[in-house]
Amino acid sequence: MEILVCIKRVPTVGGKIAVTPDGQEVDTRASGFSISPHEECAVEEAVQITERDGGSVSVLTLGPEAAIEQLRGALALGAHRAVLLETDGREFGPIATAAAIAAEVRAHPYDLVLLGNEAADTGDYQVGVRLAHELGWPVATGIKSLAVSPDGVVARREYRGVEEAYSLPLPAVVTVKEGINLPRYPSLPGRLRAKRAAVDRSSPAFGAEGLRKQALRVPESSQQQAEVLGEGVDAVPSLVRVLEEWGVLS
Amino acid sequence: MTALVLVELDGGEPADASLRALTLARSLGDVNAVVFADAVPQDTLGRYGVTDAYVIETSALDGYAPQAWARVLAGLATETGANAVLAAGTDRGNEVLAHLGAITGLPMAANCTLVTPDEGRTHRLVRHRWAGLLLEDAVMEAPVALFTVATDSVAAVSAETPSSVQVHAHKPELAEADLVVQAVESPAGTGGASLATARVVVGGGRGVGGPDGFAPLEELAGLLGGVVGVSRVVTSEGWRPHKQQVGQTGTKITPELYLACGISGAIQHIAGCAGAKHIVAINTDPGAPILAHADYAVIGDLHQVIPALIEALRARRTP
Repeated sequence: MEILVCIKRVPTVGGKIAVTPDGQEVDTRASGFSISPHEECAVEEAVQITERDGGSVSVLTLGPEAAIEQLRGALALGAHRAVLLETDGREFGPIATAAAIAAEVRAHPYDLVLLGNEAADTGDYQVGVRLAHELGWPVATGIKSLAVSPDGVVARREYRGVEEAYSLPLPAVVTVKEGINLPRYPSLPGRLRAKRAAVDRSSPAFGAEGLRKQALRVPESSQQQAEVLGEGVDAVPSLVRVLEEWGVLS
Repeated sequence: MTALVLVELDGGEPADASLRALTLARSLGDVNAVVFADAVPQDTLGRYGVTDAYVIETSALDGYAPQAWARVLAGLATETGANAVLAAGTDRGNEVLAHLGAITGLPMAANCTLVTPDEGRTHRLVRHRWAGLLLEDAVMEAPVALFTVATDSVAAVSAETPSSVQVHAHKPELAEADLVVQAVESPAGTGGASLATARVVVGGGRGVGGPDGFAPLEELAGLLGGVVGVSRVVTSEGWRPHKQQVGQTGTKITPELYLACGISGAIQHIAGCAGAKHIVAINTDPGAPILAHADYAVIGDLHQVIPALIEALRARRTP
């Protein structure tokens, strides 16, 4: 099974999220970057499949040169080959992103392409579906369980308390959600191999799209600093009174 | 101006998220609805200002098939001359509109909170990034605007004057390729769904200390008629299953009370619990970010505070 996993470099946000003064980006001066969470699980899923059934895992990202850090992170988890679709820093929209990935897929005999259901930052919810249409492949999204056989995949998710199962012939595109597995920590030999690995590079063309970002902002919050009811068990009577006032005690 | 809205049903009635989409659609012009079912919830659609409802009966298309649903929307959008096609920002809504975008080559904006028609083919919109932790102001230029409506931002409000709904049975033209991917449904175990709709959620984070520390939280949740939710670190460590995770990559909750115990309040967690009506934090650290999102806080060790709270609630029950 030849699998391509598409990942994205996104800021690691901790307790706070802020925007740069020009309103165009998340302020990352005080944060690092990581693989968008759903996609880290996509890498793990692909590695598990090839460990069981053979084959290889290629990992791809579309982003600036710095995104090689996330490619190496995926290699350390067990991916075999890395592909950087290098941008000049401009934010590619979902249509251009899907087209750029499709070109890579057409050039290699992949059986399965895995993506995250949505990127943590832009949350466009569409790159996987657009990619499938570009390729003429079937697609399932938001998947929490995946069973692969030579004939195809059975992909499952839950919706409004109902389990949905989708049977897809291969080749196919599947977008997954965190929870499909528990990603491993990279091993030391994995990290060393990742450090030395070559990265295939190309530079896809940027295309302007009909949906254009003007600015990002932090929503005005009605929240304020919590009122402290007290310390330790001494605060419990006040806490019970508050819960009574709110009517949450039956 | 005409807006075409995919209306999802929940027990025969429009889903709450779809009512929000209908509310937003009314600000764009006449509202037409598309329903995949044998029976149309005509009264509710009328109250939300729908003038025409297109019903795709199960004899024409049985079950959920995302690409087929998108093909139906594409056909109806052309037939009705729609200027915009909307769906709720649910798993299905986002998926179907992504297919519609791919079929038509049009841009699609996911999880919008505000859409304003501008000149010509332009719409100005506000949409979620980072699961709503950030807002994006954007411009969409397209002959037909495709967007989904955030499920937790626009309030569902019925129209000032209800409309009478014309129901049209629609027979879609589908290709075989549209039906390759179809959902086979079966009842799922409990878990994610009950977390999403629970009245009370008792949250546990790193401060719980390990997989064995959750028994008091379970007991407290039981006393309050609620369920246990956890932060991402808890599921990443494998202490609890992922279906209990509250957050951007887990479940978004909307309880009356969220009791966050030993949770620092990473922004990814806040994205999941910001919909709670009341938040109380129990934390040893008075500087924890969760306090900036909570109504009240108890500064202390959850391993002492929770048993004491359980005892107090028990005593209150005993006459």
